[in-house]
Parts: sequence; C-alpha cells; structure tokens
Amino acid sequence: MSIEVKHISKSFKDVNALKDISFSVKEGELFGIIGPDGAGKTTLFRILTTLLIADSGSASVSNFDVVNNYKDIRKSVGYMPGKFSLYQDLTVAENLEFFATIFGTTIEENYELIKDIYVQIEPFKNRKAGDLSGGMKQKLALSCALIHKPEVLFLDEPTTGVDPVSRKEFWEMLKRLQQKGITILVSTPYMDEAALCDRIALIQDGEILEIESPEAIVLKYPKKIYDVGASEMYLLIESLKEYTHSYSVYPFGEFVHYSDKRESFDPKELQDFLESKGLKEITIAATKATIEDTFMELAK
Amino acid sequence: MVIEVENLSKVFGDFKAVNQISFEVGKGEIFGFLGANGAGKTTAMKMLIGISSPSSGKATVAGFDVYKNAEDIKKNIGYMSQKFALYDDLTIKENITFFGGIYGLSRSRIKEKSELLINELGLQDVAKELVGSLPLGWKQKLSFSVALLHEPKIIFLDEPTGGVDPITRRQFWELIYKAANKGITVFVTTHYMDEAEYCDRVSIMVDGKIEALDTPKKLKEQFNVDSMNDVFLKLARG
Amino acid sequence: MKRFIGFVKKEFYHIFRDKRSLFILFGMPIAQIMLFGFAITNEINNVDIAILDKSQDATTEEIINKISASNYFSIQQYLKNESEIEPIFQKGKVKAVLVFENDFSKKLTTESNATVQIIADATDPNTANTISNFTSSILQKYQQEINQELKIPYRIIPETRMVYNQELKSVFMFVPGVMTIILMLVSAMMTSISVTKEKEMGTMEILLVSPLKPYLVIIGKVVPYILLSVINAVVIILMSIFIFKMPVQGSFLLLGLESILFIISSLALGILISTISETQQTAMMISLMGLMLPVILLSGFIFPVASMPMPLQVISNVIPAKWFIIIIKGIMLKGVGLAFVWKETLILLGMTVFFMALSVKKYKIRLE
Repeated sequence: MSIEVKHISKSFKDVNALKDISFSVKEGELFGIIGPDGAGKTTLFRILTTLLIADSGSASVSNFDVVNNYKDIRKSVGYMPGKFSLYQDLTVAENLEFFATIFGTTIEENYELIKDIYVQIEPFKNRKAGDLSGGMKQKLALSCALIHKPEVLFLDEPTTGVDPVSRKEFWEMLKRLQQKGITILVSTPYMDEAALCDRIALIQDGEILEIESPEAIVLKYPKKIYDVGASEMYLLIESLKEYTHSYSVYPFGEFVHYSDKRESFDPKELQDFLESKGLKEITIAATKATIEDTFMELAK
Repeated sequence: MVIEVENLSKVFGDFKAVNQISFEVGKGEIFGFLGANGAGKTTAMKMLIGISSPSSGKATVAGFDVYKNAEDIKKNIGYMSQKFALYDDLTIKENITFFGGIYGLSRSRIKEKSELLINELGLQDVAKELVGSLPLGWKQKLSFSVALLHEPKIIFLDEPTGGVDPITRRQFWELIYKAANKGITVFVTTHYMDEAEYCDRVSIMVDGKIEALDTPKKLKEQFNVDSMNDVFLKLARG
Repeated sequence: MKRFIGFVKKEFYHIFRDKRSLFILFGMPIAQIMLFGFAITNEINNVDIAILDKSQDATTEEIINKISASNYFSIQQYLKNESEIEPIFQKGKVKAVLVFENDFSKKLTTESNATVQIIADATDPNTANTISNFTSSILQKYQQEINQELKIPYRIIPETRMVYNQELKSVFMFVPGVMTIILMLVSAMMTSISVTKEKEMGTMEILLVSPLKPYLVIIGKVVPYILLSVINAVVIILMSIFIFKMPVQGSFLLLGLESILFIISSLALGILISTISETQQTAMMISLMGLMLPVILLSGFIFPVASMPMPLQVISNVIPAKWFIIIIKGIMLKGVGLAFVWKETLILLGMTVFFMALSVKKYKIRLE
C-alpha cells in the first residue's frame, strides 16, 4: 500500500475536522478525495504530508509512519497545497530551480518527468510567477512538486479557481503521471472531476461517506431517478416537493432530479399532478444517477 | 428590458478588456455571464454596477444610464460575491442592521425585514451569533438574502456557489429561483460551468468578446455536447 | 551546502526585488542620521541669559561686560536672588543663568580662586553644552588677562550645572542610539516579516514538506540580513565620521565585532517573533511595539536610565539595546577597549545565546 490511513481523528478547538477516517491507496493509483469546502480535506492532506499530527489513529505513506518517520516522507513525496504556494516575486525558472536545489537535485536530472508540463510554460520562464494566469500557475506548481521525482503526489484542490480548459488539461496531465508509476492523492470539491479517478472517497463534515470506483459509486443510489422539466422552474420545484410520493427533489441544471418513494412509479400520475399545478411543457424521463446524487443521498 | 448593453467597451491602454459586447436581460430572468479568468467578466460587471466607467458604447441598468446615473444604479441593485459578503465578526442581526442602514432603510423597516429574513432562513436560534461561526453554506444563503434586503430590481452574483456542498448549493439555487419568480433579475458571473446549467440564458465571454449567447439547452444542441462545460471547452479551444 | 546556498540566493532575490523595502533598508539609516545630525548645530549666537551677581564688585562687573560684549550672549535680566532662577527657566525666557558667588573679588584676591556657576537649560542639550563651553572660554580669557601681572595665578572656576537633562546629548551621543535602532529594526523586523511572509503565502508549507532542515531555513533567512545590517552599520559610522566629524576613539575591529553580536541577537529576536505571529502585519506590530518602543524609551537612547523610576530601570536591564548602547558609546566616544566593556559584552552574548536557543526550540517543524 502506498498510503495507509487507520482511524485518524483530528479536532481544532471545538471543531471535529476529521472523525475516524480510514482508507488505503494502492501503488500507482489515482485516488480522489471528493467533498465540499470545510469537509476536512486539507486537514487530511496536512496529516499525510507530516504537517499536522492526528489526535488519534495512525497513517503511513510509502510505508513510513507520518509521525515517527516524517523526515523520510518529506524526502519522498510531492505536495501542492490548496493555495498557490510559490514565490510570486521569483520567475518561473527561478522557482523551479529553487525547489530542485532544496530537494538536492537539478532540473536537468528529472527533466523527463516534468517535460510534458514544463514545455507549456517554458516560453514564460523569465516571467514572475505572480504574473502568470491561473492555469499557468497551476502547471508551474505541479512542475515544482514533481521536480524531485516523488513516489507519492499530494494535490490539495489543484483545480479550484481554474478555468475549464486548464482543468481538463490538468487532469490529462495527472493521467500521464499516473502511467509513470506515481501514486496520486487528489482532492476536489467538483463532483464532475471525480469520474476521472480510479477510486474516490466522498467526504463530508470530517467523515467518509463511501469509498468506491466512480462507476460503482453511482450504483449505490437506491432509487430510480427522473429528469423532470417544465416551463417555470420555481413552481416546478415547489410542486414536486409538495407531491406526497416524492423521495428527493434536487434542481440539476435545466431539470429537476426526482425520485419516488414507491417501488412502482407512474410518470403519468406525476404529469397530471404537475399540470394541475398549472405547469406547462412538462417532460419526465428516466436518467442515470450521478456522483452528486449519490453524495447527496449519503450525506442526508 | 432591465439591462440593455450595446457595443460596450473598456480599454486599458491598448488592451481591450471588454470589446464591444451587446446583450439584453429581461425582468425576472436568470442570466449567466460566463468566461475564463481574465476573459473580461469582472471588468464588464464593474461597468454595469456603476463602479467603473465604460470607454465607449451604451448601457442602461434598471433604466439608468451607466455614465450619468451610476448612483441611481447602485440604489437599485444588490451585489453578492463569494470573496466578500458579510462581516465575520458581527452577529447575524448586526450584519442585517448594518447593510439595511447602508441602503437607507428605516429602523422599523430593518427590524421588520430582519425578523422576516431570519425566520425564512430558519436562523432564529443563531441570530445573535457571529457570522464567522456559521457554516459556509448558511453564510452564503444569508448574504444572498441580505443583498435582497432593499428590494433591488437586479441582483449581481459573483461566483456564488463555488466549493459549497451539493445540497446547500441546491438550496441556494432554490433561493435564486424564488427571487426570479418574484420578478427580480439575477445576473450571475461565474467560471464554474455547472452553475451555468441553472441559468435561463447564458453568455460566454472569450478574450473580451461575447462568443455565444443562448439558453443552455440550445447551446448544448448547437455544439452537439452534453454539458455547458463541453460547450465552453469547444468555444475556448476554437 | 548546495541547498543552503540555493536558499540564501532566493532570499536575496526577494530582498532586491522588493524595491520599497530596499529603500527603507538603506534610505532610513541615512535619513535618520541626517535628521539627528543637522537638527542639532554647534553654533550659538545672541543666546538669552540672565545673571545673578551676588557680590556686585569690580571684577564681576568686568566679567559681565566681557560677556555682554561678545556676540554670543544677550543679557536679558539681572536676578536678585536664587529663588528667581527656577521661574525664569520655566518661562523659557533664558537658556542659561550665570551665578557669581558672594565676595567674588575678595575671594579671588585672598583665596586665589572664585566660582562662577553656569546653570543651563539642557532640554536643548546641544545648546546648553555650547553655552557652557563659550562661557568657560570667556572666563578663561579674562583670567589670563589678569594673571599676567601676578605671581600666584588667580583662578576663576566655572561650575556648570545642567538642569532638566543632566546627561548631555548631542549629535555624537545620538549616533550610537540611531545605529542601535537601525540595526534592531533591520534585523528583527525584516527577518520576522520575511519568515511570516512565507507562512502567509503558503510557501512555508512546501518548505516544511521538503528535506530542507529547519535550522537551515532559519540560518538561510538570517544570513542575508547579517550582511545588510553590517553594511548599514558601516554606512552609519562612515557618515558620522565624514559628515559630522565624529571621532571614533576606540578600535574599529572591536566595534565591528560588537555590532555583529548585537545584530545576531536582534535576528534571533526576529525569528522568535516570527514563530509567534502568523501574518506579516502581526510581525510588524510586535517588532515595532515590542522592540522599537522599549529601545527608544528604555535603552537610555533618549531618556537617561539613571533618571527613570526604579521599576523601569530594572526593566531596562533586559533590553539588549541598553547594553549595546553602553558598549558602543564606550568604544566610539571614550575609546575604551574590551577590558572596560567585557561585562556588557558578556551580558549581550548571554542574551543572544538565550534568544537563539529559544527561537530554535520554538521553531515548528510542523504547522501547529
């Protein structure tokens, strides 16, 4: 196991940031920690990167204990904190060189590993890191985290505040790094990114709700889900909530995801009910549960 | 039309941050104003809320001209951003009173409104607690309601739901639908494409220009994809 | 070693790219020295004085005439008795009062010496000092004149008394103080800010999760500021010597070594401050309130330690700056060697070691 977490708990003053968390990540796995802000993701990352000590429980990274062997871990992991954490007044090249030096290596030595990513920012290598766009900063931060060829890579919300194009590129880069044998633990509040991981842990309020592959996790949703659409969104939501048989009602873009309490559900009956409420252009169609549906169901 | 924009531009030196954009937003509409960081969204929005003067073009907001009547615009709009919303070191009630006061609401009106608001959001038990101690989701719902305190015609939301848990986010959108249902126009700037799916119509800005403007459904059909995220990817990658 | 050099290199990038701090770093010492230096001049002219002549004889009259004939003084008032001295000072009408003792002439001829008391308002220390010097020299001249015909020389003894600020300070006195403040500020404030900046920017997190040893981070932060502070010290001393003609009596080597010792103690304090503050703002506030104020108020730089209330005198002992000021005053103004300041040096050394040990102990290898 590349990462092993056993019954980790951590609290700050009166907040229980993590409550009895356990999971393990296999070597070469791309593992996602999915949850909203304040779920405890950053605390978990800091414990695993030896920055914090858990109140109880144990954890190891690359078979090194996070408390006793913290020095070994610091040599062998790459870490990209949630906030952009590079020197804004240093240029792209200077930042990379600095991190190479403090890890006792050189850019040339591990250039192969970062080449894919670094070539994209190399044209700006004399620009100060603070003047880069969000996507560029993120690529530079990843290059810096990789420069010493880490065995395990910790990425805490790498795509927050980054535009969709850069996000997509970023995940493509992660996939390529994974093929080079690097274990990656990544956290994100975006459910749509979860689908790109090998396995994910859904986390909320310091508790893990479920650990599964993205394909398997949506099967955990216990009901059939329907996309319900109508001309007036607010009235539609209110009416569905009023409907006696409704199990869950959540707006999902232009539709509302609806599930029914009963085993046998007749769309016609719902249609009639909605029409009686004065709604027009009603559509009801079966759809697949998403990771968000599952998350909300588990978090209830 | 509540917002009318025609060939609006903002130029910094020789950089065209906003390049001749035109659009209209109707009463009670939820309008998504999308674009990557640096595409010009924020600059455009600053002109609409009257804190930045355009370089050229025409725009009226709530019937007021952005050049001449910026002060009237400010009275008739609400604004909420994820970065700044409420004062963490004031209680819920103090925040409401403060913002009510800023918009010139009378003391009795503030009292009445704040009770209504606190009951509506179910915050009775925590009304005297510091806003800083509330969960993020509650803060956002509260700051949205506070932004509506003076009954503005339009509310501007700047990336309102990034990072919030899925349930709270939906509760937030229900608040938005409710406001729109009352006839308040909602103008959402965001670079999170999943927020775009909830809007009645969206515009997508790329490099200072509006490159697409339609309902999410039609845009998805037009680009033959399943999500607004893919629409954006196709647009941005050309 | 390569890691360490890489780290120091990065620190210098930070320093040289932050133009504003750089300006403060080198502009401030120059501005301060200029300010203290030029605000205090050594020239006096037509200074208002009063005279209390208790004997009123021929000799005193002659001396008074000499004094009033010089352009340096203008006699405003003749006092009748001693009780008038205090009020006239308080009204600020005169800068000095000359008091001739009883039977001046008689004492001079029978006992061969007589006393003139020069009481000067030392709230403006430099003027007071100059007044005293000028008066003494007038008296001396007169003495030489009358002694030409005599076998046993008569002596007029000028007795200077400073009121309100017994310990005279002038530009020479300010140099050690200003130097102390500048070194303290540059070393403690700048290092604490540069460490907390890393915390604020989140880069500290990455540094911690790297094989870089914590003590290397500390030393790496400190080394650039030792260099900058030494440059500052040299600039201040050179300015005092060449612009204000201040003689440095003692050994430059000793002065340099003592300065480095003080710089290191300030740096250790800076690191200590950074371990207890999370933001640059806090670090700056603590440096200013916690270090600057005590240095200015309690170190003896402006207010003499001896005239402080007892509790403050006790407190002043824990301020490294107090000892450093004593040491450099000794070296610069009195020209003493280590033999005379070894005690103070030892105290300063002890404090430095203590602060360093404390900051290394307090420095966190984790986030909490």
